[in-house]
Amino acid sequence: MAATRDADAAGQSDRSPLTDTDRAGLLEYMMLMRAVEEEGLRLYKQGKVPGSFYDGRGQEAVCVGATWALHGSDPISSPLIRDLGAHLVRGTDLVELFRHYMGRSNTISRGREGNVHFGDRTKGIVGMISMLPDMMVVAVGFAMAFRMRGERRCALTFFGDGATSRGDWHEAMNWAGIDQLPVIFVFENNQTAYSTPTSRQFAVDPVDRAAGYGVHAITIDGNDVEAVFAATSAARTRAVEGGGPTLIETQTMRMHGHGAHDDAGYMEKDVLEKWAARDPINSYAERLRADRVDVDAIQARVTETVSEAVDAAMTGPMPEPSEALGDVFCQGEAEPIGEGPTRWSGFAQEVTK
Amino acid sequence: MSTERTYLHAISAGLRQEMERDDRVFLMGEDIGALGGAFKVTDGFAEEFGSDRVRDTPIAEAGIVGAAVGAAIAGLRPVCEMQFGDFVACGFDQLVNVAGKMHYRLGLAVPLTLRLPTGGGFSGGPFHSQNPEAWFMHAPGLRVVAPATVRDAQGLIVSAIRDPNPVIFLEHKNLYRRVKDDVDDGEIFPTPLTARTVRHGSDLTIIAYGAMVHTAERAVAELDADIEILDLRTLVPLDEGAILASVARTGKVLVLDEANYTCAAGAQVASLIADRGFETLDGPVRRLAAPDVPIPFSPPLEQFVLPGDDAVKEAARGLLEY
Ligand SMILES: Cc1ncc(C[n+]2csc(CCOP(=O)(O)OP(=O)(O)O)c2C)c(N)n1
Repeated sequence: MAATRDADAAGQSDRSPLTDTDRAGLLEYMMLMRAVEEEGLRLYKQGKVPGSFYDGRGQEAVCVGATWALHGSDPISSPLIRDLGAHLVRGTDLVELFRHYMGRSNTISRGREGNVHFGDRTKGIVGMISMLPDMMVVAVGFAMAFRMRGERRCALTFFGDGATSRGDWHEAMNWAGIDQLPVIFVFENNQTAYSTPTSRQFAVDPVDRAAGYGVHAITIDGNDVEAVFAATSAARTRAVEGGGPTLIETQTMRMHGHGAHDDAGYMEKDVLEKWAARDPINSYAERLRADRVDVDAIQARVTETVSEAVDAAMTGPMPEPSEALGDVFCQGEAEPIGEGPTRWSGFAQEVTK
Repeated sequence: MSTERTYLHAISAGLRQEMERDDRVFLMGEDIGALGGAFKVTDGFAEEFGSDRVRDTPIAEAGIVGAAVGAAIAGLRPVCEMQFGDFVACGFDQLVNVAGKMHYRLGLAVPLTLRLPTGGGFSGGPFHSQNPEAWFMHAPGLRVVAPATVRDAQGLIVSAIRDPNPVIFLEHKNLYRRVKDDVDDGEIFPTPLTARTVRHGSDLTIIAYGAMVHTAERAVAELDADIEILDLRTLVPLDEGAILASVARTGKVLVLDEANYTCAAGAQVASLIADRGFETLDGPVRRLAAPDVPIPFSPPLEQFVLPGDDAVKEAARGLLEY
């Protein structure tokens, strides 16, 4: 159960499990997340997004890399406010997403929710609730169900450093450990919870605590999308083969305030500057450019897609007020969570083997 | 000397006064120190009183409430903040089972104050807009207060801190900066845990608390009738005498909640009137509350769900014509 702190132990071998298409996809989805959130922030500042706006700038590699490593039948419970990329990788429609942000009529939340508080159940995503980290325990429930039915699936959940202080975190870890359930805990250590530094959140790093629960744990560079992919992929293999749960600590940094309303005056500037130099998108783009990937074409495509989506979203009306009512109870058959697309090329190879 | 205060600054002023007056009083909550709280109620308090008395906690609502119970029975006077009232759900067990039953079972008083920024109206969505007061009214041993005005915000926070019981202090987010008033800048005296007659009238009584008091006032200003408004101010204890006396004067009553309809505070008020004020009634007891759905995010949906001025006017007219 010892914690390991290097990426090699996460399952990276000499031959990359990622094809060129995978790598271009990873970059594209990180770029897409950033572009969508930059637009969202702009719309918020123009008064077109009600409430506040939350983004995951600087953390794109975590949710994109982790979701890429999952099979489409592995549910995520849940992407949080820094994890828009998980939704995007699973195929969220951009026009509907912008309408959702703006509280317009949309198929994602029908105006009932805002921000990143949504989830397409047909794509294997359970939308988050605000109470942190309640959805971790739900992920454990998925894992329990898969174990009961003998399915080769696993569940994945995200949580931040602040969320590790709540009882639900400990309940989830303990339960997963007792039954050695197929669940992946992705710990997004972005160094701060609103204004509270990790030193005021825990005395023992959660990656070390994991051993106490019987949960295998590793620490990786959360700004390296391939490291996140490799760690998640290894954790998935371990999970579906009966090896039990894994906690992956991804070290990263929240580059914006807690939300758009927060100027983050409590953060130290030089720390942010240091992390800015390790931007997950820029560094990966450089790496791919060196491998002769047409990074500019990817960026251009992303920019155009997002700008078209914003324009289209603007044409949508606000919802009918009476849309507020109904659906509190299910009136028909209860339908289980659906499946999203499988992104990693390795799964296709597995089948043909 | 008088000074203008917002509802938010009134709460800060009450907190500051009690911290200066009684060194047993201290504050706990998430991001209340360096940040001054999500809404800045404790802005500057950490510098003024030090981080020992203005304590940033981990994200641990059950811990905050439970630790406050411990500190309270050890002789301190904790005042805790939930970052949003909605998160009190995570500390529910400690409040309802530990704090609320302590004195009844063991004779141990638990003088703690729990501040809950509550209420909707700003696209906070299902987890940042709730009005959870009825959860706690149903649990014996917890006082529940809900100021509507600047004067009562500062007076009731003082009453809450000096009360020997656990007090849940509901501060409506929509009133924080919108409600302003001139108040005396001298000592803040505790507000009694009783209802307040906002205006006297003889045709109809509107009973409300928190933000709905302001909705009632706006609606009444546009109605050509002699309407009494009763601001409950405290839900536990409920000022039953004031409720029944007002209904006896007017014979008609409209009860308002911003909270979801079923089992809301207003349901308790209506049942009290049906039970003990029936003979004084000249019409049905009417209620207006949010329908039993989570509070949605999109402005047209949220406005549809939250009882607004027009809905209050319409309900009042119906009763006046009855
Ligand atoms: C139970 C609970 N209490 C309080 C909050 C209010 N809140 C929202 S985000 C946040 C900080 C979360 O920090 P962390 O888990 O580290 O995630 P990050 O925001 O850094 O991504 C807080 C306190 C909450 N969402 N849930």
